[in-house]
Amino acid sequence: MTALSDVSTHAMASARWRISEVAFWVLALACAFLFPSRYLIMTDIVRLGLFALSLDLILGYAGIVSLGHAAFFGVGAYSAGLLALHGIITEPVIALVAAGLVAAVLGFLTSFLVIRGVDLTRLMVTLGIALLLEALAERFSDITGGTDGLQGIEMQPILGLFAFDMYGKTGLFYSLIVLFILFLLARRVVHSPFGLSLRAIRNNPLRAAAIGVPVNRRLIAIYTLAAFYAGIAGALFTQTTALASLDVFSFERSADLMLVLVIGGTGYLYGGLIGAVVFKMLQEFFQSITPQYWLFWIGLVLVVIVMVGRARIHRWVLFVPNLIIRQFAGRKAVVAAPESDVS
Amino acid sequence: MTIALETRNLEKSFGGLRVTRDLSLKVMQGARHALIGPNGAGKTTVINQLTGVLTPNSGQILLEGRDITGLSVHRRVLRGLSRTFQINQLYADLTPLETIGLAVSERMGRGGDWWRRMGTRADVNAEIAEILARFHLLDVMTELTSTLPYGKQRLLEIAVAIAAKPRVLLLDEPAAGVPESERHDILAAVAALPRDVTVLLIEHDMDLVFSFADRISVLVNGGLLTEGAPDEVARDQQVRAVYLGEAADV
Repeated sequence: MTALSDVSTHAMASARWRISEVAFWVLALACAFLFPSRYLIMTDIVRLGLFALSLDLILGYAGIVSLGHAAFFGVGAYSAGLLALHGIITEPVIALVAAGLVAAVLGFLTSFLVIRGVDLTRLMVTLGIALLLEALAERFSDITGGTDGLQGIEMQPILGLFAFDMYGKTGLFYSLIVLFILFLLARRVVHSPFGLSLRAIRNNPLRAAAIGVPVNRRLIAIYTLAAFYAGIAGALFTQTTALASLDVFSFERSADLMLVLVIGGTGYLYGGLIGAVVFKMLQEFFQSITPQYWLFWIGLVLVVIVMVGRARIHRWVLFVPNLIIRQFAGRKAVVAAPESDVS
Repeated sequence: MTIALETRNLEKSFGGLRVTRDLSLKVMQGARHALIGPNGAGKTTVINQLTGVLTPNSGQILLEGRDITGLSVHRRVLRGLSRTFQINQLYADLTPLETIGLAVSERMGRGGDWWRRMGTRADVNAEIAEILARFHLLDVMTELTSTLPYGKQRLLEIAVAIAAKPRVLLLDEPAAGVPESERHDILAAVAALPRDVTVLLIEHDMDLVFSFADRISVLVNGGLLTEGAPDEVARDQQVRAVYLGEAADV
């Protein structure tokens, strides 16, 4: 029966790896080897990319807006810091997972507040939770170090083998591997029936319920998973910088994350990663020309992106690379499809 | 004959406005039952209570003899009650393949699978293929729903409800807004619904009602005016006065 084989082929098509995706990861790895003097900023980008991936899971797939995603980043950061500082879990990988789980527990508990209500309610509730945690962290300064942050964190070697070095080489490769593993997991999840049900909920929650999707349960699940990811990003921050201070909870961190996704686009997983690269490069670039007023330029870029439309910019940016690839791989190959073309 | 779907003394008010008044309705197993009434009679409010979108102020809803008044929307679907919408409620960014695939997965209780990739279960795929073929959607299965012609979207609207394998199906004006050229496909799809599925049709279009239904309930101002076989209802003086009077051609 040809209809059946058609159905199974097409049903699996979206989960298949594209050449562009492989190229993306090869390029990321190549950068790690090519620019040894830039380990710190690259680590920064990887961390931001992971954090943005977390927001994309809830925003791009489930349609949950958040202005307080730093709450989970912060909890992950402090958990990793406290675990290392008090010698509770000294092995970084186990501590990383533990910190992520702490953030996930917080995500699960707060999800019940977030899934109710509309976008504006969600923005306020998420923002409120992050502010609340920041205030708590300041209040309980005997645990968190208050405005000074956690001091004197010493990181043990990863798996007892790879010590963190002062150039940040270990930190970068460690972050990159964590990002890649979590990306694979996210990729698997979004291409599963569960991931499809999230997209259905984002598109039309009324209909999703009307075909038997337990909407709230699905939203709680993805919110918890996203909190885990954000917690891991926060823990990576602490582990690679040996710092944890109150600004991990800051509103700016949550707001920057929105910018990253606005730049990179939502709902195709790479938006957060590409957005993180562009955002950090823009930040570097603008800071080098006008150290004081770089935010002005970031703001301007943001307005332009929203006005012109991301899909159009993507098409312009991808025009040349697509042209080259088509020369080699034939008409149908696409280097990287603009988000609107990715189903 | 057993009763598939029943309401007992259903009441619903919005503020001071009584939109459902003491409504007791019985839909028999395998029936082609139509619920008609002039604009503003409260037909959609009834559907929303039957499916769990709205909670009645009082009264009961029974599905195959079991009280479902307190169940959530998705639990009623799992019990075998599914619906279509008067205005398409589809997933704009999903393809028909994904839309039907999800509905089939959910019905099989596999919608929460987060580790398995889509398209890897042969039984799910076979069912998707069968439904897409039945509703003439195979040729557009990989196109985004938002880009489909209206008639195809309307077919998809019914196909999604069928993918939930309901024992009771609520059709809310299936042919609403469909251009004349595509109407035939919709009517054929409705006529071809399996006989063992009980259908409650909410409709405005009298041609469709009288060609399809074997029983008709007339709703006026939220209450039941009369009920009977199509020819009885057509002869009923009360019905002619309040409702059919508007449509002089019937």
